[in-house]
Amino acid sequence: MISEQLLRGLREHDPRGIARAISLVEENDPLADEILSSIDDSLVDQAMVLGITGPPGAGKSTLTDRIISKYRSQGSRVGVIAVDPSSPISGGAILGDRIRMMGHALDKDVVVRSMATRGRLGGLCAAAGAAVRILAGSGCSVIIIETVGVGQSEMDIIRLADITALVLAPGLGDDIQAMKAGLLEVADILIVNKADCAGAETLAMDMECIAREGGNKKNTTQVCMTTASEGKGIDELLAAIETVDASHRESGERRTRREKAYDLEVLDWAIEMIKPSIIEKIENLGHARKGAPRLLASKLLGQNNLG
Amino acid sequence: MAEQKKTYRVLIGKPGLDGHDRGAKFIARALRDAGFEVVYTGIRRTPEEIAAAAVQEDVSAVGLSLLSGAHMSLFPAVVKALKNSGAGDIPVLGGGVIPDEDIALLKEAGINAVYTPGTPVDKIIGAFRAACETQKSGRN
Amino acid sequence: MEKHPAHIDWEKELAKNLNRFPERKEKFTNHGGEEVPRLALPDKIDDAYVENIGFPGQYPYTRGVQPTMYRGRFWTMRQYAGFSTAAESNKRYRYLLEQGTTGLSIAFDLPTQIGYDSDHQMAAGEVGKVGVAIDSLADMEILFDQIPLDKVSTSMTINAPAAILLAMYVAVGEQQGIESSKLKGTIQNDILKEYVARGTYIFPPKPSLRLITDIFKWCTEHTPDFNTISISGYHIREAGSTAVQEVAFTLANGITYVQAALDAGLELDNFAPRLSFFFNASSDILEEVSKFRAARRLWARIMKERFNAQKPSSRMLRFHTQTAGYTLTAQQIDNNIVRVALQALSAVLGGTQSLHTNSRDEALALPTEDSVRTALRTQQVIAHESGVASSVDPLAGSYFIEQLTDRIEAQASELIAKIDKAGGVVPAIEDGFIQRQIENSAYEYQQEIEKGERIIVGVNEFKIEEKTKPSLLRVDPEVEKAQVQSLKELRQRRDNRKVEEALANLSECALSSSNLMPEILAAVKTYATLGEICQVLRKVFGEYRG
Ligand SMILES: Nc1nc2c(ncn2[C@@H]2O[C@H](COP(=O)(O)OP(=O)(O)OP(=O)(O)O)[C@@H](O)[C@H]2O)c(=O)[nH]1
Ligand SMILES: [Mg+2]
Repeated sequence: MISEQLLRGLREHDPRGIARAISLVEENDPLADEILSSIDDSLVDQAMVLGITGPPGAGKSTLTDRIISKYRSQGSRVGVIAVDPSSPISGGAILGDRIRMMGHALDKDVVVRSMATRGRLGGLCAAAGAAVRILAGSGCSVIIIETVGVGQSEMDIIRLADITALVLAPGLGDDIQAMKAGLLEVADILIVNKADCAGAETLAMDMECIAREGGNKKNTTQVCMTTASEGKGIDELLAAIETVDASHRESGERRTRREKAYDLEVLDWAIEMIKPSIIEKIENLGHARKGAPRLLASKLLGQNNLG
Repeated sequence: MAEQKKTYRVLIGKPGLDGHDRGAKFIARALRDAGFEVVYTGIRRTPEEIAAAAVQEDVSAVGLSLLSGAHMSLFPAVVKALKNSGAGDIPVLGGGVIPDEDIALLKEAGINAVYTPGTPVDKIIGAFRAACETQKSGRN
Repeated sequence: MEKHPAHIDWEKELAKNLNRFPERKEKFTNHGGEEVPRLALPDKIDDAYVENIGFPGQYPYTRGVQPTMYRGRFWTMRQYAGFSTAAESNKRYRYLLEQGTTGLSIAFDLPTQIGYDSDHQMAAGEVGKVGVAIDSLADMEILFDQIPLDKVSTSMTINAPAAILLAMYVAVGEQQGIESSKLKGTIQNDILKEYVARGTYIFPPKPSLRLITDIFKWCTEHTPDFNTISISGYHIREAGSTAVQEVAFTLANGITYVQAALDAGLELDNFAPRLSFFFNASSDILEEVSKFRAARRLWARIMKERFNAQKPSSRMLRFHTQTAGYTLTAQQIDNNIVRVALQALSAVLGGTQSLHTNSRDEALALPTEDSVRTALRTQQVIAHESGVASSVDPLAGSYFIEQLTDRIEAQASELIAKIDKAGGVVPAIEDGFIQRQIENSAYEYQQEIEKGERIIVGVNEFKIEEKTKPSLLRVDPEVEKAQVQSLKELRQRRDNRKVEEALANLSECALSSSNLMPEILAAVKTYATLGEICQVLRKVFGEYRG
């Protein structure tokens, strides 16, 4: 039986087995339930999920590559979920984050998986959440989710993380202004990358200010400067991650976030599950497009015994 | 309505030292525009790295592009590396400046198909789609 | 009518020039025996004309960098070639020299270009494939055996490890008893375009720029006749850019090198005259001619206005041209001869200083000797039969050409301004701006072909069934084995203590800010290999990952 084989593969850290398992949940295959229920929850609980977000080109993947190296040198097994947007027109996607992490390609204890948003609103969160579980179940104690901080769906999946780092870089100017408001709310760590470039100091000072201002809500926000391309500042970054993690554990923030993420995932899966049947119903209705769509929707849901 | 068509995942790789990636990038984009999810490895990869990435990304086909003339050693090396990682079922398609007499030899060495400059892109996309379908159906 | 003062100046310059460098013939005539004018001019020469078009050999050099152009001397016909091993290449170079060639152009294989020795695992399958494999000074000695380096000018397509190959060249010269100041040639040494278009980078941008300025500095003192860089738009175009992008990105790279050298404390008018350029000649003849003219004028203005260059030679854009490889088709390959001829014509009409014409079979494999000859003959036909070399910048004053020249210059300037705004070329490379621009253009161009909106003869129109296969040249796989073997022997033969010592010194130097050239030269002389030297530098500088 294929799932038997798969489950064994997962347990034995077989790259192919892990990769297959993620595909099956991503494709909403019937086997997904079996795979996910086989996963040891305690491993999922123990793993640290780190979200890395920020504007395009800020250096998220390069930074992820360096963070991987550090955790590997400490002996941790690392999983990465790198999310890129799907083309709204064709549905296809180019998944290019991996390019910067190819140095780890032959390391069996680094599992990198690229995922496209596939235009799913919550669905991405559901699939990525399942991928996190699979990676944790296959022994990854650190799991990094890289995603571009632009669209809502990309932002949503950051809520899966225990700790979120927002990567900024000098020269991205206006983008950063626009992002400030929303992103700073979710960021535990502000990383000013490309510290080797002009303007990094100023940006870091700006960020320090903002981090202090936001103090009323939580004053744990840390600012780090890195030069990912040269591997500089990574030790300090890891120390900051550790600090945040420790304080989250102590304050109960970690548990709160996990619970919220859990609920969110349940909701997303529920939507994912009913969506196909509703789509089918709409397609088969053969109805005249009359009346308020809302009325038809509640009628459909009523039939679904969900209204 | 959201299309429920299957989304295939493929990997485009450039083994060896050749840095001319115009063709590889074009194919990657054309595949994306045809609805594929395309993992691109960038230039200057070893066959082993390409195979490892293909396995981790669970792709249904691998496309290789090479213009330096080293295809006779590098293309079969990718096929071999895939086999060694238990992924011999993932088909490998090749493209580049490749003389006809080499194409036959490459096919013998397990390369699914080889395309030379001037091949219409629709034909290449079709070949990827067919290769993905075969690979997927052979799975279960 | 009174002559414009600039016109009078030019006539004086011309007279001096003719005295020193007489033209090829006393009289240039057409078939009917009628004299062909040296320089056709408008009836009325006003300030606007002088400012924008002007006279050949005078700022802003729109009409060319020399007053008599090809009436004085044809462009250099320089064919790029490299053949698997040093010994075989040496044979070919000596043959070419016996035939009267004075310019050698050396192609290296990819491992050499990327700083790997032939026995490195990344080199497997690539040794000797696209050019000659050079692992150490020993190979370089064979490459130039019995070739007197003071008698030839050698162009080397080498970028990331340019300093090492230059050092080897200097060392071979020394062995022949030739002072470095007598050496003539060009190293490509243009790393920036490698990041965006060609891929043979090793180190990150910053240390790469340091290597380049170290070379500039060392060369002004030791090899004053060497072109220290060939700033290349060729590969940018091959990667799919438009003509405007080719000009913009190339000149922006040029600006970056100039700035880096100034920042390193070099004197502008000392190194600027040794900068040279390398462009692509593609199929749209009129656009290409305008492109070359626009590039020349724009560079002159940049050097004068932005950098305040004083010497005329600092403001002159001198360039090599190669016909566009990407336009060659694998179908009906004889059509390529025609394409190459048209492209070569545009380069000559655009005032190139040297030219490489591609061979008809290059879309299939390495060119055969026959097709290389035809490519060279194409240049000779243009030079001796077409008549375009008898008059300077003969297309000047055409409404079409002048307007297009203006437009390309304006659009390229705009793009350069955008790059400036992004903080310069290096940041624009780092966040992928330049790569994306090139990729988008490449994608559009190819889509036009796919949709049949752009006709490529023999590919998407006028197709035929082709039966006969052209004969192709290929590299014997034994070459790799032999090269690896001789490298192994070298490592046993040389004094490894000296090698270690030299490499340690180099490492120390790399960590400091001293000029790297002397230590590289010292290391090369101990027969430290290219790969070993690059490894030392990789450790200190890190590696760039695309
Ligand atoms: N100068 C400098 N460049 C850097 C640094 N970190 C990354 N880069 C460069 O920035 C570019 C983008 O880096 P990526 O890691 O791909 O950025 P990203 O945020 O993952 O980009 P997307 O996934 O496309 O959104 C690359 O060219 C890197 O080499 C840094 O610290 N300094
Ligand atoms: Mg990324």
